Amino acid sequence: MIHTDIVIIGAGAVGTAIARELSKYKVDVVVVDKRDDVGGDASKSNSSIICTGYDCPPGSLETAICRSSRMLADQTVKELEIPFNVCGAIMPAINEEQMNILKDIYDDAYKNEIFDVDVVSGKQLLDMEPELNPETIGGLYIPREAVIDNFLFVVAQAENAAENGVQFLLRNEVKDIQVENGKVKAVITDKETIQTKYVINAAGLFCDAIAEMVGECDFVVKPRKGQFFILDKNTNCQINHIIYPIPTPTSRGKLLLKTIHGNILCGPTAEDLEDKEDHSVTAEELAGIETDCKKLVPNINFSDAITQFAGLRPNRIPAGFHIGFGKTEGYFGISGVRSTGISCSLGISRYVVKKLQEGGVKLERNFDFNPYRKAIPRFSEATDEERDALIQKDPKYARVICRCETVTEGEIVEALHRPVPPTTLDGIKRRLRAGMGRCQGGFCSPKVIDIIARELNVPPESVDKNVPGSYILTGISRQEGGDHHA
Amino acid sequence: MTRKNIICTVCPMGCNITVKADGSEIISIEGNECKRGEIYARDEFTCPTRTLTSSVLVTNAKEPLLPVRTEKPVPKAKFGECMEIIKATTVHAPIKIHQVIIHDLAGTGVNLIATCSRDV
Amino acid sequence: MREIKCDVAIIGAGPAGLAAALSAKEHGAKDVLVIDRDTDSGGILQQCIHAGFGLSYFHKEMTGPEYAAVFREKCDQEGIRFLFDTMVTEVRSAREIICSSTEQGLVKVYTGASILAMGCRERTRQNLRIPGTRPSGIFTAGTAQRLINRQNEMVGKSVVILGSGDIGMIMARRMSLEGAKVKAVVEIMPYLAGLTRNKVQCLDDFGIPLMLSHTVTRIMGHKRIEGVYIAEVDDQKQPIPSTEEYISCDTLLLSVGLIPENELTKGAGISTNAVTNGPEVDQRMQTVMPGLFACGNVVHVNDLADNVSIESELAGKYAAMYAAGTLPEAKAQLNVIAGEGVRYVCPHHVAVTDEEAVIRLYFRVSEPGRKTILKARSGKKEIAAREVRRVSPGEMDHIDIHTQDLTGDDVVICAEGVK
Repeated sequence: MIHTDIVIIGAGAVGTAIARELSKYKVDVVVVDKRDDVGGDASKSNSSIICTGYDCPPGSLETAICRSSRMLADQTVKELEIPFNVCGAIMPAINEEQMNILKDIYDDAYKNEIFDVDVVSGKQLLDMEPELNPETIGGLYIPREAVIDNFLFVVAQAENAAENGVQFLLRNEVKDIQVENGKVKAVITDKETIQTKYVINAAGLFCDAIAEMVGECDFVVKPRKGQFFILDKNTNCQINHIIYPIPTPTSRGKLLLKTIHGNILCGPTAEDLEDKEDHSVTAEELAGIETDCKKLVPNINFSDAITQFAGLRPNRIPAGFHIGFGKTEGYFGISGVRSTGISCSLGISRYVVKKLQEGGVKLERNFDFNPYRKAIPRFSEATDEERDALIQKDPKYARVICRCETVTEGEIVEALHRPVPPTTLDGIKRRLRAGMGRCQGGFCSPKVIDIIARELNVPPESVDKNVPGSYILTGISRQEGGDHHA
Repeated sequence: MTRKNIICTVCPMGCNITVKADGSEIISIEGNECKRGEIYARDEFTCPTRTLTSSVLVTNAKEPLLPVRTEKPVPKAKFGECMEIIKATTVHAPIKIHQVIIHDLAGTGVNLIATCSRDV
Repeated sequence: MREIKCDVAIIGAGPAGLAAALSAKEHGAKDVLVIDRDTDSGGILQQCIHAGFGLSYFHKEMTGPEYAAVFREKCDQEGIRFLFDTMVTEVRSAREIICSSTEQGLVKVYTGASILAMGCRERTRQNLRIPGTRPSGIFTAGTAQRLINRQNEMVGKSVVILGSGDIGMIMARRMSLEGAKVKAVVEIMPYLAGLTRNKVQCLDDFGIPLMLSHTVTRIMGHKRIEGVYIAEVDDQKQPIPSTEEYISCDTLLLSVGLIPENELTKGAGISTNAVTNGPEVDQRMQTVMPGLFACGNVVHVNDLADNVSIESELAGKYAAMYAAGTLPEAKAQLNVIAGEGVRYVCPHHVAVTDEEAVIRLYFRVSEPGRKTILKARSGKKEIAAREVRRVSPGEMDHIDIHTQDLTGDDVVICAEGVK
């Protein structure tokens, strides 16, 4: 039995940001998540953009939160050493009809007080982005749109929250929330019972099921699948800005950008589904990404694709941000954060803490809070002198395990001994990019499995790819104890 | 009369050879482009043999396994028996390449030998 | 940073690097240094514990580790230096290499000439864009081979293999011998991708069905793979939906092609050929950068290690000459062009020098054929021809040309009788 003040359900971008924000106060916080790692679902599989909020619905809570989140990001990425690139976005138009749509978007941006959005000429856009469709006649420039390492964004906040006292319980699936006399009493997972005064539902795609546990579910959450392509860093056709298509009334469309690590990303699709586990990619939808992205950048070369993936955005019906206490005392719900979870998480965390205080939760500042988190030193980004120094300190930094992304054993060992450590192959991949390059782990995964097993002192067969049950090895093929000894 | 189709693996030509036989007695061999094919087909028909390669557990070395092979081809039909013995075998480093690991593997009269050295 | 000097530096201690090292030594390079990221030599040969090596080079059948051991023993006799557990991070020029060594830290190698011998990597599920979920249990054949043959780890019990490349077929046999059930080998082309010998000994021997003109259309399973849908493909290699069928399995192995590993090559500013995916070389295996040579699968994917050894000896020889300042200067460069029926030819260029020599051009045909006439033309002049009884894209062919026959025009290689 664990006793705490606040349980946060869900270790995605939103849950983790709230955990870190709460670690600035003298309060006990436990984060539970059914997955093997922090990073959630939608938070780890998305386009990795931190938006300014230029196209959010004017006057909405989402707009206010998104705008403040973008401001908070500048400071947070410095404190936590998170890779972040304010590359700016463009939205090109190829005809007058599209230019008219842009005008509305521009007007909305001003209503949202994003005054740095500008209308630019086709020539200016082609100068900025030479691979753009040459028929471009003009468009919008949104200079503060940025890309982030969306996974490290979550990891870094989790690590910092843990350093400041937050407890993370992963591989714990919430089965029930105990309510007594209209008041939250405990969160029951498949492994633990956690007595608590407050529960914050940050379960994203599954927040409806959690809300149902306290009988407060007047909405449903449906998955909206987004499929993506990632291209090799070496692909010939390169871009440097986020390139947004002209949105349609139903979808923001498929964009292109260069990720923080230099790969071209194309997507997402928007497919409304029922199955919350369906992360499959399909030939038809991938072909659609190709067609649509080529309209924006005709020379983009999809034969350089190194991977495809799908994420599920939690599509709340009815839509809209819903953040606040429920009727059950101690229950605090967050829903409707559909596709701006990464973008809005920092703002949401501030908003949630304020709402908690307004709702009578006594939160006293913890002035011992350490806002800083050191990133793992990256061999691939180090200078020769820095590399030499790293190797002198630890020879494991000389042993390159992932050749595509130049990740060393030193970095992997370091990651495994951090607060909120990874335990799976994908956990290492997402933190360090080992296995994310063009060979997709063909070369490094056998070695990474061995390193995880060695460092965590478990048999290699028990190392999963990601979720429990995603085992990689089926056992050793030659065992001692055979009767033949030569 | 029985017919057996055999793809010759002696050279990259890959001749499709047909062996006609009455019981175990070969009546004709057709389809081979050279004499080596005929010999191959005859052997394949009467008693197909292969070099079996595998690995055994090795202790006291940097790597867990020692690659091994049969010194000469062994009857294909004996593979299962050979593998059971191989899987149950543990050796201790140091091992020298071509050192005999198992004498007379599974009664084939053929030795199993190391195909790699393993230092301590 | 530590500094090391040598006459010829070789990146990679696999079949290419070892043969190049010996040849460089034999041709006068005093100090030959081989750098490898593994803790021992042999490269991928160490996990190729099956037989089939050495048939053309040594005229006897050997396993991968044995083949490597012969070269290594000679290297040790010749006093060739090895730097193991060391990753080359940058080829700054033909004369300067940076590497990272667990024992010595960052090392700068000053050399008279360099040879790229990094080998190749495997194409992935993602390269093929196989639709479906992304569960565990999907391995490239070579990764599974490493796990089973070197790390003593089994990867599954019930297996489907996509691609009839040699490693895939060899793994079908290995998995069967280890007690797994290999349910099918699925090949999109209407013919085998690997060697016929391997089909006989790895598939037929174990009763494993080979399904030509078929492909995997969907991968199923959320955690571990649970099965695949396969379907027959039409002439355009598009799956025919009505033929789709489900095969349950806990493992999918991919043997769908190899790609030369050219990170370092590209980093050195050398572009790669669109067909071979490796740097373009002349008959001396010199890249476009003087003093930088390349050999083996880093240049083009070979069918046999034996061919790699032969080709790499050229790289070693000419690198030694370059380092000694005796490499004949090229007066002109001719292109070698893949003509009718030929997918690619290697070397890609002929350097015209005063040296009279026979040049062996390796190539792969574009389709299988029988009674095929292989021809080399220099301009309009036929300079070599021979008839072969059988050709296949899975097996390399070669034709020899003489430098004195060259007319000064490009050289074109054709395979008549191939579509």
